[in-house]
Amino acid sequence: MKSFALLTLLILVFCGLGQLLLPWWCIVPICFLLAAWRGASGGLAFLAGLLGAGLSWWVPAIWLHQYGVARLAARLAMLLPLGGNAGLLLLLSGLIAGIVGGLAALSGAWGRQALAPKATSVSIQ
Amino acid sequence: MLRILKAGLALLITLTLTWVLNTKQGDIPPVGKLLSPYRGFWQNGETAEASEEPLTLKLPGLHQPVRVRFDDRRVPHIFAENEHDLYYAQGYLTAHDRLWQMEFMTRVAAGRISEVVGPKALEYDRFQRRMGLAYGAENSVRSMLQDPTTRVVLESYSEGVNAYINSLAPKDYPFEYKLLDYAPEPWQPLKCALLLKLMAWDLSGRSDDLRLSNILSKYGPAVVNDLFPDYPNRTDAIVPTGSPLNFKPLQVPVAPPSFQAALSDKVPAREPDAELGSNNFAVAGSRSASGLPILANDPHLQLNLPSIWYQIQMVAPGVNVYGVTIPGAPAVIIGFNENVAWGVTNVGGDVLDWYQLKFKDNHMREYWHDGRWKSIRRVVERIVVRGQPDRLDTVLYTHHGPIVYDREEKVFNKQTPIRHAMRWTAHDGANEVLAFYRLNRARTYQDYSAALKTYSSPAQNFIFASNQNDIAIRPNGHFPLKWQDQGKFILDGTDKAYDWQGWIPMEQNPHVENPARGFVSSANQPSAGLDYPYYLGWDYAPSDRGHRINERLAKMQHATPDSLRLLQNDNLDVNARLMLPWMLETMAGTKMTDQKYALPASTSPEGAAMQVLNRWDYQYEANAVAASIFELWYTNLVDRLWQDDFGAKATGLEMRYPSQDRTNRLLLSQSMGARFGTVPASPWIDDRTTPKRENAHDLLAASLHFAVDSLTRKFGPQGPKWAWSNQKSTDINHLANLPGFGRMDIDCAGSRGSVNATGPRNGPSWRMVVALGPQVKAYGIFPGGQSGNPASAYYDDMIETWRLGQLDELVFLRAADENHPRLQSAWRMESSK
Repeated sequence: MKSFALLTLLILVFCGLGQLLLPWWCIVPICFLLAAWRGASGGLAFLAGLLGAGLSWWVPAIWLHQYGVARLAARLAMLLPLGGNAGLLLLLSGLIAGIVGGLAALSGAWGRQALAPKATSVSIQ
Repeated sequence: MLRILKAGLALLITLTLTWVLNTKQGDIPPVGKLLSPYRGFWQNGETAEASEEPLTLKLPGLHQPVRVRFDDRRVPHIFAENEHDLYYAQGYLTAHDRLWQMEFMTRVAAGRISEVVGPKALEYDRFQRRMGLAYGAENSVRSMLQDPTTRVVLESYSEGVNAYINSLAPKDYPFEYKLLDYAPEPWQPLKCALLLKLMAWDLSGRSDDLRLSNILSKYGPAVVNDLFPDYPNRTDAIVPTGSPLNFKPLQVPVAPPSFQAALSDKVPAREPDAELGSNNFAVAGSRSASGLPILANDPHLQLNLPSIWYQIQMVAPGVNVYGVTIPGAPAVIIGFNENVAWGVTNVGGDVLDWYQLKFKDNHMREYWHDGRWKSIRRVVERIVVRGQPDRLDTVLYTHHGPIVYDREEKVFNKQTPIRHAMRWTAHDGANEVLAFYRLNRARTYQDYSAALKTYSSPAQNFIFASNQNDIAIRPNGHFPLKWQDQGKFILDGTDKAYDWQGWIPMEQNPHVENPARGFVSSANQPSAGLDYPYYLGWDYAPSDRGHRINERLAKMQHATPDSLRLLQNDNLDVNARLMLPWMLETMAGTKMTDQKYALPASTSPEGAAMQVLNRWDYQYEANAVAASIFELWYTNLVDRLWQDDFGAKATGLEMRYPSQDRTNRLLLSQSMGARFGTVPASPWIDDRTTPKRENAHDLLAASLHFAVDSLTRKFGPQGPKWAWSNQKSTDINHLANLPGFGRMDIDCAGSRGSVNATGPRNGPSWRMVVALGPQVKAYGIFPGGQSGNPASAYYDDMIETWRLGQLDELVFLRAADENHPRLQSAWRMESSK
């Protein structure tokens, strides 16, 4: 459990820092590599990627929503269409990063299991 | 092995999903990029606190420091030390608030939308290029850059826009760039010219020449003269009959023997809206409470967000002007300064003609003109299409202008391929920017007259008032010197006698200064009275608004700015006042004709509708049920009257209906109506498509039923839901029609025929009233906001005031450090070197 929390935290921090400089899709290599490095079961890696990458969007989006983007979010939520519900748009935004991050982490974990199956059990300890 | 496969598959899905989310898929934006809080739309927020903070900007190329103060509507007030910096700052600030809009509009004009949205805009782009908007813009920008003054204006403005564009990282791009997934490109003076040509197209791009030629072919000259006479109503001309003509007119070319064009179905597929119009009026000191003139203007254009106008005050040595600009074009277009005010409405004169060409053969490399074969210039247009290879399109140019057609052509005579060349004033180079530059600095009537000399297209009724107690109006632009009715029909492109032979000298354009009646006005009606020596066009907007404005101005005494504001909001419909009594009377029939009709039972929907109409005061108020009924009733009546004779479906030909004036005259006096029982009914009344012989009562009863039935289907039985504002449903859409980014179903009064010409999509796009005086005082509003950012509180903050028909007092500053309670923040711009 502790290693799951650590993986999630690492993904969150590296994704957050990475996206300040790089395009949003840098979360893919970050999640992939971190999951492959730290190792985990597929399910936990996916969850860590979902939460870590998702939070790397949810946290700044919530913060920005407080600071002047609410009107635009509501309009965009009409366009997409999410019935004008900015909250739903907020949820969706993080979920998109989360799913991509989760899948990348899953790929990383599975990749490690495929290439070095024994190492998995080591890192789980 | 299975594990490797599993991992590989997961990675493949991840990468595919990432690619999909990062790429624009048809109309679906790149969701990943768009929704990222690091670079996507979340970065486009704007807080009220941030916009109040003072700011110092370091900008490349400024000569001296510039100060900018913002008022509570976010209008910038620029204080510059020289002309370069003044227009630089205008460019920078306009781009800051409206970059996407100004760039998008120039792409529309240049036929470059496919680059952004892909193949679905290809036909639109082809059309814009074939109409030669970019060709006209290139001609204009050449003459603007030749003039040293406008060269500085255009280059400094472009420099300012580019300074803003260069300051942006992709995360700062306006929202629409992120949604449509593209980037701004550098600005150039040509883009300013493109915007002006787009305005010219909207305001002077309509032409009925092909339709009239078809009518002439089908029905002959007698019918054309009867139903399509040269502007039938000149009683309310802008420059009235009897205004002094202080010039000796030129000899007008002699009309050649008549030319019968071949039948044609090649009407341009995209014509500008016929209902764009405008009002302006000014009262002299003799009619105002202050003893000095008051001027009002409200141009009616398509209502969009971001707004078509942008307010600005521009101050530098020799100039202090306030007014509205078109984002992307320098200088103030409609506005005022300490001494004078001016405004514009569109002139409906005929400045666009079509020439039927004869080609040597199907290769179309030469055309016959003036007794010899002349060669055709071929211009290859390269259209960049997003996601597809570039398309090439060849446009053919004759000495008249481009050969425009955008539909599959049905060739009526296979031996001689017939196409049409277009002759249009907007294709010629002219320096409109210089005209506005000079108007911005005008101090007297003489300055105003001199300023207008370089203004060519689109022709506008320039109204003027000064604190020297002068008022004036001048339908102004470049008007070709034509024989009577030249260009009413398609012209013969083989005969030199049909070419435009010259121009009406600018100083001989219709004009009137300080008329005895104490006011001047225009509302797109005919420019001049019967004694004006030149032919300007045969068809203008109905005189309804002009008539109502003059009727009220003639009674106005001790006028204040509020008197003019109330007139801008006048909802009376002159057409309803004229036609409804006849319509109600004819429903009943009369003893004079021995024709009495049973009225619909008062319990029937039609009977109930007639009761409401009987009590109506012809005001298109927001809650007026009668207005909804009348509008549908009258429109459908006109349709029933003409569609069998001039409709495309019944006749298979592109034609048009007779004008509203002529239609009303036919109904009132040639329909065997109640009042004129002895005049035989016009044969046009009958619906040719039925065996029965219809009379006016039949048409009226059927159209009333249609009106009531439509409203019942839409809103249920007659009641408050039938209110005019519901039926009209004024919408202000986003420029790219993005759902959620406009303002729908605005509860407001007015109609296309009333002075407050607020329709479903068009309306007063800027209302301004200026009281000249020792200290000028001005008021204005537009239905939108200063900011083009949909996240900003200033995106649509003026709509409510506009809806209520109220105006803001405009903050006119005399000095950079003046104290004013409505000023909020200040910026300082300094050279970065």
